[in-house]
Formats: sequence, structure tokens, C-alpha cells
Amino acid sequence: MNRLDAKIPDGPLSEKWTNHKNRLNLISPANKRTLDVIVVGTGLAGGSAAATLAELGYNVKSFCFQDSPRRAHSVAAQGGINAAKNYQGDGDSVYRLFYDTIKGGDYRSREANVYRLAEVSSNIIDQCVAQGVPFAREYGGLLDNRSFGGVQVSRTFYAKGQTGQQLLLGVYAALNRQIGRGKIQMFNRHEMMDVVVIDGRARGIISRNLITGAIERHSAHAVVIASGGYGNLFYLSTYAMGSNASAAWKAHRKGAFLANPCFNQIHPTAIPVGGPNQSKLTLMSESLRNDGRIWVPKNLEDAKAIREGSKKPGDIEDGDRDYYLERQYPAFGNLVPRDVASRAAKERCDAGYGVNVTGQAVFLDFASAIYRSGKEKANVSGLKNVDDATIRKLGKEVMKQKYGNLFQMYHKIVDQNPYETPMKIYPTTHYTMGGLWVDYNLMTTVPGLFAIGEANFSDHGANRLGASALMQGLADGYFILPYTIGDYLSDDIGTGKITTASTEFEEAESEVKETIKKLIGNEGSHPVDYFHKKLGKIMWQYCGINRNKEGLERAMKKIRSVREEFWENVIVPGTAEEFNEELAKAGRLADFLELAELYAKDALFREESCGAHLRQEFQTADGEAMRNDVDFAHVAAWEYTGDPGDARLHKEKLVYENIEVKQRSYK
Amino acid sequence: MKLTLKIWRQKNPDQKGKLVDYNLNDVNPDDSFLEMLDTLNYELIVKGENPVAFDHDCREGICGMCSLFINGRPHGPDRGIATCQLHMRRFKDGDTVYIEPFRARAFPVIKDLVVDRSAFDRIQQAGGYISVNTSGNPQDANTVPIEKTVADAAFDSATCIGCGACVAACKNASAMLFVSAKISQLALLPQGEVEAKSRVANMVKQMDEEGFGNCTNTGACEIECPKEISLENIARMNREYLKAGVKG
Ligand SMILES: Cc1cc2nc3c(=O)[nH]c(=O)nc-3n(C[C@H](O)[C@H](O)[C@H](O)COP(=O)(O)OP(=O)(O)OC[C@H]3O[C@@H](n4cnc5c(N)ncnc54)[C@H](O)[C@@H]3O)c2cc1C
Ligand code: SF4
Ligand code: FES
Repeated sequence: MNRLDAKIPDGPLSEKWTNHKNRLNLISPANKRTLDVIVVGTGLAGGSAAATLAELGYNVKSFCFQDSPRRAHSVAAQGGINAAKNYQGDGDSVYRLFYDTIKGGDYRSREANVYRLAEVSSNIIDQCVAQGVPFAREYGGLLDNRSFGGVQVSRTFYAKGQTGQQLLLGVYAALNRQIGRGKIQMFNRHEMMDVVVIDGRARGIISRNLITGAIERHSAHAVVIASGGYGNLFYLSTYAMGSNASAAWKAHRKGAFLANPCFNQIHPTAIPVGGPNQSKLTLMSESLRNDGRIWVPKNLEDAKAIREGSKKPGDIEDGDRDYYLERQYPAFGNLVPRDVASRAAKERCDAGYGVNVTGQAVFLDFASAIYRSGKEKANVSGLKNVDDATIRKLGKEVMKQKYGNLFQMYHKIVDQNPYETPMKIYPTTHYTMGGLWVDYNLMTTVPGLFAIGEANFSDHGANRLGASALMQGLADGYFILPYTIGDYLSDDIGTGKITTASTEFEEAESEVKETIKKLIGNEGSHPVDYFHKKLGKIMWQYCGINRNKEGLERAMKKIRSVREEFWENVIVPGTAEEFNEELAKAGRLADFLELAELYAKDALFREESCGAHLRQEFQTADGEAMRNDVDFAHVAAWEYTGDPGDARLHKEKLVYENIEVKQRSYK
Repeated sequence: MKLTLKIWRQKNPDQKGKLVDYNLNDVNPDDSFLEMLDTLNYELIVKGENPVAFDHDCREGICGMCSLFINGRPHGPDRGIATCQLHMRRFKDGDTVYIEPFRARAFPVIKDLVVDRSAFDRIQQAGGYISVNTSGNPQDANTVPIEKTVADAAFDSATCIGCGACVAACKNASAMLFVSAKISQLALLPQGEVEAKSRVANMVKQMDEEGFGNCTNTGACEIECPKEISLENIARMNREYLKAGVKG
């Protein structure tokens, strides 16, 4: 049997999901009450899935490592969520959202999945409004939209700069309702340590209570992984400190294939690294590129003077500035996709034009937008003969309304006022398109083990469009998984309660305990962060924005040696039977150190440049990415064989029947 | 810069805690407060000592996981930010900084600076939602227009990050600001109106059962709230409570 059967339903694209749903096996309410489902993760994906499964009648156990489900990392999303509502009447449609997503992903995602995502997107907004999510509205009382990520329609719904928190609070409310009814058992401050597979089916997990350290067994008829992305491989990223790959990696070790691990999005506009103790990087939303102009000095001496502090950005005349995105990409200018903008920033900084102490920053300048909008405001308000100072004052007010909270965040962190002086920004790791391989039903290669949200690989190909991750999380959790999982469970209704007193649970538990013992008992000399920072440097240097064969080979070796050094030389203080954050961090890093090697291997293997993955050997003469559709129009799904460096590759061919495959161009 | 830290150390909920002194000799003013604690912990671990436990996750002021009572104020000296957004440039060379957990009967200490805020979850479970199914096919989102000012007010209430600073700031350890923010958000929206009465009754009942104190209108909560949630929410909640006709 081909283990990579994507199970894409037949029939025309637009009827696949409806037909498929009609054919899925159903389970009677009485039988649902006898079935247990474990959901790991309470972000948009896991939280919405748990709530919906409970509402359908299943018994759900839900897990998160934070002290409350409301703190899952989805909470940090700023910009918005896409949906093909066409409320603005600008020609949006399910097909157009589908098309933009496939094109944005550089033709490396599955047509059928993406079409379904676009199809259910509009229902997500209905759902959220019914739950009381306070989206931004127009004066007429209807929902407002903005445009995002360089697409040509306005389809992004938002709640000021905190769309993620508002959507997550909606999910949290739905979760609470079911917890209150006793249909969900919630396990806060619990970390999933392993998946338990019995007779080829996922039957439960081993967890660690992060307060007491107790190792616990939980059984179920199916397990859903919704644990988010693995960008913290890079140490510094826009992810939360606790975001980790462990749940997905443990699933991989138990047989779930990992797809396209090297597809990692580097966001162009984050606040740059400030010093050696930096622990995370803060995103400045993509929406800022609508008004900010990106530049560096034209002359190396000016760049040097700025780095040394002898010149200020305002001292550089307009003619001496290089607005390099506008110069290189006149058609899209500052609104090129994320991967293009990130690469260009790195190129300029590597060439010596960087503008902060470390040389790793470019300017994002609002001066012209402040002037332009100030003038507009003066005109609209009927003011005549206004001086420049007044114009700028008015302009700043406009900026404040649009981006006030982001400007405040920047000011707090950098101690510079972006209304007066340009922001300094630099690219950083932000989102992982790769993840657990799933079929159309969102099931991994392990029967009964499902993956949703950022943890799976399914919809974004080699590059994700802005405002589409929130959409995918909620689509998976509210509208897809709860139905496809029923089809799987329908042949499990006679099984009865799964016991945890089996050898498989026994073995998984003792393996977890063994690893913990090893970590705690290690008499090393460096804390976990020492190794994590080392890993992050390797990832950024060799596996980040640009990659090449030699560097990736070197990275694989280096990662291996850090991994060995980690196991020999890490110190984990305290005991296993208490609240011990260092122990949790050590376990997560141990998994990152394995995943990192597979990431590098995957990047090495993909001999093409596509989406966020740029291989320097595969570029056009003028430095643009060169995709290779003949040899690489496939999903690379890796099977664990005992050593991450020896993973076995399986390919799922990608077929495009409804869309013409083109080379992207933003010139 | 040099700092003396006086940090609350408590092994577990059952043992007594105390303030312990630590000296840091080379604090970078551009580090965040939590990065300063990371640095301290790194040193402690290398010395073979136990690091200081504290809660944190997003480190950008939105998840509500960080806490800390810094020099007598929840989330430290600045207004409108959470502890993770505080930077060391706010302190001076030679300063002594007191770092304690959020204290309240309903927030028992788990370890050092980490407290148990699950009471907040239980209050929400008692009614902090609108009872719509997630698997149904609700009506189109634009069927019910909502006046922009109303939607914006609901949003402002909804920006609460559930951190618990309002409780820690209050001499009575009252949770009124937190609870009223949720009640306001839902009461303001037409979708939430239907269940308004039972919601306020159930959430207030749960709040009382969790052991939070009464509100005596000191307003400390509003001052310390990182999202600047306004006292108007409490007034609105009181009105909702009266409307619900619950006997106290
Ligand atoms: C700063 C920032 C801004 C963003 N802005 C946008 C935006 O504007 N629009 C957009 O569409 N997308 C945005 N994204 C991306 C988007 O937010 C995420 O991709 C999405 O929210 C992920 O949701 P999720 O449910 O898959 O995972 P998460 O929300 O990350 O949730 C993961 C859950 O898994 C749990 N978990 C993890 N590991 C374990 C374990 N081992 N054991 C137990 N539990 C575990 C966690 O506790 C948590 O509950 C942004 C991302 C960032 C970082
Ligand atoms: S009301 Fe303010 S202080 Fe209280 S929990 Fe919410 S955000 Fe924190
Ligand atoms: S760590 Fe998330 S709000 Fe401070």
C-alpha cells in the first residue's frame, strides 16, 4: 500500500468537500458518548476542535502547557484573519482566495485542501461573530476589512492589533462552555511527553504535570495534535518562549511522517536583536508596510556613520537613500511578499549597509506617510495654508489611529519614538509551513493520530500569506476535523474504554521517565539556554533566509555535535518531582536538536528555490528564485528510522488541475 | 549597572517563603526585566543553585502569563504594560528591586513567583460565553449590524489579558475589574444580551466562591491594569447585576 495516500475525494474541485462530507460515516449520539478523544493544544486549532468535538458528544481531554488555555500562542497574532466573504464587493470569491493561497505558497500545496479552506472560511466569520468576537466595524455597523499581504482584494477581518487574542477568547469561551458542562476535562500546565500507539493505532498519551512533576497516562480512541509551530528552533523568533516541537516530534518518532520541515517563514519586519541577552523578537505587523518605506543609505560611509552614531537617519538626504525594494521591485515596491522582502534586507545588510550597532537592521520610515496623510487630513478638514509642522502633527494623529499600539510597543522596547525617527527592523523566524503530514481527513500516517493548525503541513505550501494561519486553525478545528474524525472512529464504537494498563503504556511511560532521569542526573556545566543559543546560531547562519549545499551539510554536522554536547554537558537543576521549568526546557530542546537535523536534511534535499526556501545555487542571473516543477512539485514526507539524519523520504506528487502553474514575479 | 534584588523564594505551597538577596553587577539597561531574571537564573544554575521560578510566555504583553509584584506594584512602575514589556533602563545603578508574587487568597503560590490563577478560568466556565453551538450554521455575520461605538466599547472591554494584576493591586483582592470586563463585553453585544442575566449571576457567584474580596472602589485595579481596563466596566456590571435581580 502506498503509505502516502492523500485520500483526495474525486469529483470537481468545488464539490469535493460537500460530497466527501455526505459520504463520511456518522456515529449515533449514544455511541459518541462512549468515545474518548485527546486534544493536545488549546490554540485556535486545538481549542476549536475540542469544543466542537465535545459539543458533538465525544468525551474530550484537552491539554496545554500554559496555566490557562487562553494563553496559547494564537493569542499573539496581530493583523487579522482572511475570509472570502466579498463584503467589500471587490470581486473576492472562494476561487480567488484558493488561487491566492496556492500562488502565495509557490505551488507547493494541495489543491483540494486549499479549496476546502477557502470554502469554509466565510463560515468562520459567522461563527466568531455569533460567539461575541468584537471585530472592527464600519460606521454603518457592518464588518470592516483591510487588505493584507499584497493580494488585490480586502478580505482581512481584524480586531485592532489583537485579532489573535479576540479569536482565541471566542474559542476559549466555547471551550469553557463545554468544560462547564463536564464534556471536556481540561489539563492546564500539562506537557505531552509521548504518544502511545497500540496495534498500529494512536491510543493515548503520556503527560507530565508541570506543577507536581507527576507522569500520567491518558487513553483515548483518537489523539489530535494541535501544538503549533516549531520556529523556536532558531532560539530567537516571534514565537512565545514555550512554543515547542515536542508533541509533533514525538508523534514523528512514533511513525507519523513529517512533511517539508525546511519550509519556514522568515518575517521581514521584526524589531532587531538588541543585545546578547535577547530572549525573543517582537513582530511589527505586516500592515505597517502599507505606509512605511524601507531604505538603507546609498553610501557605505553613511551607513557606517549611522552605525557609529555620528549621523542620524535625518542627516541622510533623500537622494542618498536607497529605497531598495522600490528600486528592485517597482510593481510591488514595499509590498512584495514576505520572503522577497526578507531576502532583500539580508542582502543589503550583508553588503555592509545595515543601520544599527550590529549592522543587522534596515529602516522602516513613516516620514513620507506622515506628511502625505497630514496633508490629506488638512484638505479634508478644509484647512488652508497650513505650515509643515501642522501637517506633520496631523499626519502623526492619522498614524496613531492606524498603528498606535504597534508604535507604542516599538517605543517601549527600543526607547526610540517611531513618529520622529524611522523604525529599525530586521527579518526573523515567524511561522513554519512544514509539519506533520496529513491526508485530506487531517490524519497522519499513524491511524487515529490527527494533526491540525500550524502543527500540520497542509495548506500553505512553501510560503504562507498573511492572515491565513488563523483562518486555517479555525477551519481545521471548527469545520473539518470534527467530521473527518467521526469517519475514522465509526469502526471503533464496539471497542470500549481503552485501558492504560497495557505494555505499550508501560513502555512509553518508562521511556519518558528514563529520559527525565538522564537529564536531571546529568552532571554537566552549561544550562539549557547555552545549547539553545548555539543551535539558533547554526540555524540562522545555514538554514535561514539563504541556504546552499555546503552550508546545509555543515549544519547537519554541527547540529549533531551540539546534540552530543548537550547530552553530555547540560545541567538541569532541581528534581523531577516539582515545578521545574529548566527540565521542561531541556526536554523541548532535546527534541529541537533532532528536528533541526531533519530540517537541514530536507533543505539540502530540495534542490530548488521555492517560496520561503531559497537555495543559492538555484537562482536566475538577477538573483530571483528558480523553482523546479519537474523534479520538486511534491511534498517531501520524512519517515523516522531511529536517527533524524537517516530519515527516509516519501514523496507525494502535487497535481494541479484547476490552476495554471506560473513563475511568481513581483517586478 | 549594579542592582540588588530581593526576591520571594518559596519551595512549594506548603512551605513558608522569604525574601532572598541577590546581587547583579552588570545589568544591561536595554534588557527586558524578564531577561534580567534569565541572566540571574543562568548564573544560579551554573553555581549549582535553584533558579527562580516565574511565569511568562509571549513576552510581548498579550498572553497574560507573566505576573510579578515589582517594588510594590503589579507589573512594575510603568502604566499600561505587562512585566514582560518593562525594560531595565527604567531602573538606576545601585537600585534595590523587590520582586514578589501576585498575592491573593484566591491565587495560592505554586513556587517562588508562580501563582495559581485557575480561579479565573473557573469564573469564565461559570458563564463567560454565549451559548451558541460551534458546529451549527449560524446566520451570516452581517445580519445584525452593530453600531461602531458599541463594537469599539465591547472591544475595549475584551482587551483584558486575564493577568490578575487587578486582584494583586487591590487591598481586598477583589476580581471585579476582570469579571466586569468579560461581562461588559458580552452585555454590550446584541449576541450576548440573551443570557445576560444568568451570566452575571453565575459568574459573580463563582467569583465569591473562589474567595476574592469585595470591591470598595479604591480604583487601584484600573491604575495597575496593563490594558487600562476602565472602572466603567465595574459600574456596568453592577447595573447588570441589579437588572438580574439576584439577591445578595
Ligand atoms: C507574533 C505573531 C503574529 C501573528 N499574526 C498572525 C496574523 O495576523 N494572522 C494570521 O493568520 N496568523 C498570524 N500568526 C500565525 C498564527 O498566530 C499561528 O500560526 C496560529 O495561531 C497557530 O495556532 P495553533 O492553534 O496551531 O497553535 P498555537 O496557538 O501555537 O497553540 C499551541 C497549543 O499547543 C499547546 N502545546 C504545545 N506543545 C505542547 C505539549 N508538548 N504538550 C501540551 N501542550 C502543548 C500549547 O499549550 C498551546 O495551547 C502570527 C504568529 C505570530 C508569532
Ligand atoms: S482587568 Fe486588567 S489587570 Fe485585571 S486581569 Fe484583565 S488585564 Fe489583567
Ligand atoms: S509574557 Fe505574555 S503578557 Fe507577559
